[in-house]
Amino acid sequence: MPASPTATVPARANTARTAPVIRVSNLRKVYNVPERESGLGASVRSLFSRETKDVVAVGDISFDVAPGEIVGFLGPNGAGKTTTLKMLSGLLHPSDGTATVLGYVPWKREKAYLQQMTLVMGQRNQLAWDIPVADSYELNRAIYRIPEAQYQQTLKELSNLLDLGPLLTKPSRNLSLGERMKCELAGALLHLPRVLFLDEPTLGLDVTAQRRIRTFIAEYGARHNATVLLTSHYMADVEALAERVIVIHHGVLLFDGPLSGLVERFSPYKTVTIDLDGPASDIDRFGEVVRNEDGRITLQIPKSDAAAITARLLAELPVVDLSVTDPPIDEVIDRVFNTGEEVPETPEVEATAPEPALA
Amino acid sequence: MIDLVHLYRAQFKVTIAEQFQYRGALVIWLLGLMLEPVIYLSVWAAVANSQGGQVDAFTAADFAAYYLIAMMVDHAGFTWIMWEMEYWIRQGNLSALLVRPVHPIHRHIAGNLTFKLLTFFVLLPVVLALALIYRPNFTISPETTAAFIPALILAMALRFAVEWTLASLAFWITRVTAINQLWFVAFLFLSGFAAPIALLPPFAQTLAYWLPFYRMLGFPVDVLLGHLTTQQIVIGLGAQVAWLAVAYALLQFTWARGIRQYSAVGA
Repeated sequence: MPASPTATVPARANTARTAPVIRVSNLRKVYNVPERESGLGASVRSLFSRETKDVVAVGDISFDVAPGEIVGFLGPNGAGKTTTLKMLSGLLHPSDGTATVLGYVPWKREKAYLQQMTLVMGQRNQLAWDIPVADSYELNRAIYRIPEAQYQQTLKELSNLLDLGPLLTKPSRNLSLGERMKCELAGALLHLPRVLFLDEPTLGLDVTAQRRIRTFIAEYGARHNATVLLTSHYMADVEALAERVIVIHHGVLLFDGPLSGLVERFSPYKTVTIDLDGPASDIDRFGEVVRNEDGRITLQIPKSDAAAITARLLAELPVVDLSVTDPPIDEVIDRVFNTGEEVPETPEVEATAPEPALA
Repeated sequence: MIDLVHLYRAQFKVTIAEQFQYRGALVIWLLGLMLEPVIYLSVWAAVANSQGGQVDAFTAADFAAYYLIAMMVDHAGFTWIMWEMEYWIRQGNLSALLVRPVHPIHRHIAGNLTFKLLTFFVLLPVVLALALIYRPNFTISPETTAAFIPALILAMALRFAVEWTLASLAFWITRVTAINQLWFVAFLFLSGFAAPIALLPPFAQTLAYWLPFYRMLGFPVDVLLGHLTTQQIVIGLGAQVAWLAVAYALLQFTWARGIRQYSAVGA
């Protein structure tokens, strides 16, 4: 990344203060899965010779995350997001590559590391099914050796942020999905982890609950300068929380940079909406007409021609109002995943984090 | 250490709360658990009575003493880790335990001990009632009791370590039930549960002597009831310690390998 000499000096000072919390370098995970055709014959054959095949879940990904950063991890199902989170939280040994989180190698699962991070995956991690939520929290207090005073304070804080009050005395099985997720999250944060790995924290929740969780994650991150790596299918989550996104597809890193950069890079179009005062014909010549109702026309035009086409629209048509916008982020993401194969082999990375070499 | 005590106390509370949620199921399960030794006891007592009061050196009252103690030793030693571990691994629930800064074994030891403590108060009246019915011939002395305590603790630890190790085979084999069955059948005959070891044919006695099963159940019972010489007790305790060392090494080995194997499926 080219940087002017004058710009390098403050960047270096800045990096020294904020060395990356998460460093991932050429991480790779290959699963060896049994393969069998369906049917009785195949079942019998598999008794004698088991065929396996290698499935590359995570190809060869590298990235750094600075302290306090909230990074959205995007990718369709099976892209390798969860596998990456599992490696970073120490559940999986990688097939190749290295990673450190807070200076620890995650899969060594050192107590000092586990003490400072949390993984939220699914809805049945922190809470025992049959006992009141508060009792499950008590167990976490013992597991994480949280001093009584700190525990009470944290519980109060989390309780206020998530409005847990009436839920704490109920057994987990009596909670709704949204309530349980709130309690799960609070349970996962009682020990005030510095690094959070959140896998689909809003999955299956209604819009209100989603928003609540989102606000909460942002609030926690800000208060405790926590580093958050989160996956979600809901773009709203990522838009609300993450300034930076990492996109992986088929285990390969496709993009790493600010959310706005994603649109810029993957969407070659702009959306132009015009309101007309009078009839107009042959609008096709300006670009692809997406919608045309009651004098309001939405066009999709190549980004590079946006200025020229806008000028022509204003000159040639009775335009009352005109707006040029980027297409919705959902559409862009969809395009990225559906044209994943066309993306060049070497992913172009727009790093927002300082160059690791400077650290 | 203090942290560990705190952890166990918290886990005690959770297990007790969980067990009380399902009182009915708990009682039914306990009855099933106690029924097995009662069946052996009644069969052997009937055999003894039909043979003029004795099978080898065992009278009906000796069988009663043997099985009432065996029932309590078995209760102290049994584990359900083989089922639980398979479930943890297959469903991926183990993940939640692995990301915590405490070895999952503590959760199970604490849960196991709590359950034993809790259910001991159900077991005790049953044993007393059976004692009234079967009139056992208890030959317990302070010396045998003193030897019984370490023998019991070692038996519990040994059984736990072996069953944890077997359970962790679930990392490689998704259905460990077949191995469990094999283990339970061998345990039934070679531990002194189906019949006291002294009544087995000589080759089976030798087998039982050299294998760990007897050290997990029959041995502490024989110690308490004064069936063994001091020398036999010392050798037995030594055998327990040796087996425990082997089992512990295997446990460490399979667990460390298993964790690497674990693919953390599901949620």
